[in-house]
Amino acid sequence: MTVRARVLDALGTVYDPELDEPITALEFVSSCDVSAEGDVEVRLRLPTSQCAPNFAFLMAADARDAVRRLPEVREVTVMLEDHCTDDEINAAVSRGQAFAQAFPGETEGELDALRRLFQRKALVARQSRCCEALLAAGATPEEVTARRVADLPDDDAGARRCLELRDQLGISREDDAAAFVLPDGAPIAAADLRHWLRIARLVRTSLESNGGMCRSLLRVRYDLPDTEEIAA
Amino acid sequence: MYEKDGEKYFVVDGHVHFWDASPENWVKGQEKYAKGWIECFHAYQGLGPAETHWTIEKFQKYSEEDFVSDVFDAGYVDVGIFNPTYLKEWYTEGFNTTERNARLAEKHPDRLIVNGRWDPREGEAGLRRLEEDARRYNLKGVKLYTAEWRDGSRGWSLKDPEAAPFLEKCLELGIVNVHVHKGPTIWPLDKDAFDVRDVDYAATTYPELNFIVEHVGLPRIEDFCFMATQEPNVYAGLAVAIGGLMHARPRFFSKVMGELLFWVGEDKLLFGSDYAIWEPKWQVEGFVDWNYPDEEYSDYPAVTTASKKKMLGLNAARLYGIEVPRELRLPDEAGTPAARDDAQLVEGAA
Repeated sequence: MTVRARVLDALGTVYDPELDEPITALEFVSSCDVSAEGDVEVRLRLPTSQCAPNFAFLMAADARDAVRRLPEVREVTVMLEDHCTDDEINAAVSRGQAFAQAFPGETEGELDALRRLFQRKALVARQSRCCEALLAAGATPEEVTARRVADLPDDDAGARRCLELRDQLGISREDDAAAFVLPDGAPIAAADLRHWLRIARLVRTSLESNGGMCRSLLRVRYDLPDTEEIAA
Repeated sequence: MYEKDGEKYFVVDGHVHFWDASPENWVKGQEKYAKGWIECFHAYQGLGPAETHWTIEKFQKYSEEDFVSDVFDAGYVDVGIFNPTYLKEWYTEGFNTTERNARLAEKHPDRLIVNGRWDPREGEAGLRRLEEDARRYNLKGVKLYTAEWRDGSRGWSLKDPEAAPFLEKCLELGIVNVHVHKGPTIWPLDKDAFDVRDVDYAATTYPELNFIVEHVGLPRIEDFCFMATQEPNVYAGLAVAIGGLMHARPRFFSKVMGELLFWVGEDKLLFGSDYAIWEPKWQVEGFVDWNYPDEEYSDYPAVTTASKKKMLGLNAARLYGIEVPRELRLPDEAGTPAARDDAQLVEGAA
């Protein structure tokens, strides 16, 4: 595996916090160059110049962190392109600064609360896909909500993502913990499952249609080939 | 009016613009934002059918003739509602102001409704200006743009105490329709910029006013739907949901519509083309033709010809007091005035 391939793998662990999809799958990585000496330059692009600076900052900073964790790389530069606040974001990210330092006087705090809000939404959406698949395969609500973490399929990317999100949210992922939980970690009760799914489906529709619109806008902006609708 | 398969649809386009984003109108030093803004809008146009795309030059500034032709002649729109967006930080004469819209509306008084605006950061002067605008333009609605930049401030909230006198003034002046833009914004930087909770607060505090959340809260429809189910006076503007998804992402569009019909209901959804981002013609035609693609959508509420008539025009006509020709009303609606006419006939005979 080349260094560049490992860098791209690392970038594949960076998620758009709002859409809960890797920035590589979203085609937000416009270029990735590795010099013979191991210096890395990653360029990021977004669907519009007006995309929210907070999410843009998180993706750029996360990308830099993810690549810097690789032992074989030397200097890492992440450049956000064609964005209305690219100068501010690039300056702060290149120095490893926090969000508030990118926009002095314009923000009251950091982005942890925002990130957690979207991690909770993502967990709801991801779990609902797993639950619906189980129900479609004939499981009863009682059987679905009785599932433990150990019962989640290892080969399912959605289930794996649920566990990552639980880690990030501080929700236990011990083998005997409930597989499907509310954002505070409490198990979903069998009697509540249908109602919970109704709400979860709306959250998922929002995330997915937002992702669909972002993909369409990116395609228009950079003249990319059309992509299939996913998950709809 | 649009006619298909023997059914006639009265069309109120709840969201049209007549903007000037040409380089001559860009504020010196703010060109990056003025240019970025209109290019961003132009990219959205790219989500519609290819044959409806414009060049960026035409898109920056289109003519009155373009408007009349696209909206009234080709676009089936009976009545259009102008929702202004000032953005004077970036555009010298404003982007799409009430004054500019009114100059066009004066030439088509029965076809165009001009909405005003206010900004709580303008204080007393803003209140006086709202009174003048209400008189001059006979305002029945305002468009609020909570993310608008102003003197270094990047936005405001309907919860701000400064907003209360303006909402009171709307009540006093009979400006009953408050359109709130929740869409791409910068502010507040460290929070989610699409937060609709301030609309929830205002709708509860002012039950006599109608709050129309533009773009159905996209991309936060879930927050919007949870709020709208609890507030009888909250409506959804479908602009961007139709233009941005119906052609480009039809399956997502069906899901979004299904969710809106389930949570918000067909009586509270208002068609809007967001012209000139997208022309109304293909949107009206496509919307009338639209239905769920397959049984995967069977959980969602059914959509009927009557639902579409409501969403395309009758709902907005109700909010704005627009007279709908009798043959374009729904049967039960048509019954009410007919009964009144009957009563008059009886009284006249007596």
